[in-house]
Amino acid sequence: MNPTTKSVSEKSAGANALAPLARYLGLYAALWKNSVTREMGFKSNFLLWIVVEMLWFALQLTFMAVIYSHTERIGTWTKWEVVLLVGAAHFIQQIFTALFLVNCTQLSEHIRTGKLDFMLLLPINTRFLVSLRQVDLGGFINAGSAVAVMVYAARELHLAPSALQIAGFLALCAIGLLIHYSLMFLLSAISFWTVKAQGIVYGYYNLFNIARMPDAAFHGLFKAVFTFVLPILLVVNVPVKLLTNKLQSPLELALLLAMALACFTVSELFWRLSLRRYTSASS
Amino acid sequence: MEKYRHIIGIGIQNTLVYRVNFFARALFGLIPLTATILLWQTIYRDRVGDVAGYTLRQMISYYLIVTIVDALTAVAEDDWQIATDIRDGNISQFLVKPIDYLAYRFCLYTAGRLIYTAVALVPISIFIFSLRDYFVLPKDATALVGFALSVAMAGLLQFLISYTMALLSFWVLEVATFIFILFAFEYLAAGHLFPLDILPPAVTQALHFTPFPYLVFFPVSIYLGQVSGAALWQGLAVQAGWVLASYALARFIWNRGVKKYAAVGG
Repeated sequence: MNPTTKSVSEKSAGANALAPLARYLGLYAALWKNSVTREMGFKSNFLLWIVVEMLWFALQLTFMAVIYSHTERIGTWTKWEVVLLVGAAHFIQQIFTALFLVNCTQLSEHIRTGKLDFMLLLPINTRFLVSLRQVDLGGFINAGSAVAVMVYAARELHLAPSALQIAGFLALCAIGLLIHYSLMFLLSAISFWTVKAQGIVYGYYNLFNIARMPDAAFHGLFKAVFTFVLPILLVVNVPVKLLTNKLQSPLELALLLAMALACFTVSELFWRLSLRRYTSASS
Repeated sequence: MEKYRHIIGIGIQNTLVYRVNFFARALFGLIPLTATILLWQTIYRDRVGDVAGYTLRQMISYYLIVTIVDALTAVAEDDWQIATDIRDGNISQFLVKPIDYLAYRFCLYTAGRLIYTAVALVPISIFIFSLRDYFVLPKDATALVGFALSVAMAGLLQFLISYTMALLSFWVLEVATFIFILFAFEYLAAGHLFPLDILPPAVTQALHFTPFPYLVFFPVSIYLGQVSGAALWQGLAVQAGWVLASYALARFIWNRGVKKYAAVGG
């Protein structure tokens, strides 16, 4: 964004409701440019991290392949449906990694060092800046490998999704992403309360580990908790069920949307509550 | 010996700071564990007979004992700290003091494991108690003794492998990626994901030529009574061989690394 358009958008901010949106989009573009420049400074490291992610993805697929060498189905889920599920889980997780993960994990560092002071002073929404400061480009490449696996699995299943179905799938993935982000942001905001919060990343991996498991494998309290309290089991299962025509009722879609909105609202309330508690470090 | 006992004491005090973290870690770890157990329960419900010789009870016990072995032996922050020590030049002080860096790190690792196990004891015990119907106890005293010996050696092996990996910091700036690549491989090949003998037999056999099964799968197999008699003692001997080999490798890499070490900023 160049200075002239910036001043224009500021001047017309009162008159035009879209102006703040344009301003934030401009800001986000600048953050992207920054991230690209930074990432290209460490090219070999960038490539090695992609190898690491691919290896973990292969590991998850191996786990399911080995399980299905001993069984025909898990609940109602067949082998290739689960491959599609693991692929979709990886897809959502990698997009999440690309857009939010580093930012969420860095929050505790910003609090500990008092760097958050400077962010609070900037004339923009602090949550916006904290959540979207850095983009991890490797995530998009890894998301590509997830798409390849999903396409392969869909062909094995002889699925021919309509354009509408694919659009619906992507929309549901976006809603799942919102749940993913809200929960992680909530976890990160705990570092306002305890400074030593490295355990958060570990907790995150454990929690989202179950997103790629077929929901039919679970029942009782476990399923209830991870559907209605921490709705991890909805994030990937619902989009994939739409694609494979496994949805039992449109209520599942409504539930995903409702839980996403609830998670986001709770995370925003907790963020505000936590900020009120922030007293800055050392400075 | 006195000085190393002192180091363990310091290590315990330092890691006590992380007790809340450790507790959270143990607690969060139960989520995927529960998921895996429920997954297997669903699979067993829909089929007749066992999976590759494992009954449902044995399969669930397998994962529970993996959790115990993991609490006792996993490296937590050790490899990152070693890498940082090398990168920041902190190891200079060990080169001039009469303290052996490997022994020093091993003391800290031991202290870390002691605290972690103490903290994780309560949540893991409660978890296992709630699954007591599915938890098998060792068949006889030999199995229990063999298990204890094997876990101790698994800890040594785990420490030495991570230590050697971290020593790569002498040559590369960013070892995190290499550590993660090894960790991913280890996760499968050591038997964290599933018992190795449910893999195709050729793969299982090939894996037994690597040290990885001796980190987790072997001790757990002893506990479950799947390795006994002559095979038990033979396996323990091979495990001891891997410990010695990795110790020799660790010493070798350290000597090579120190020659190259330039004490940046030290």
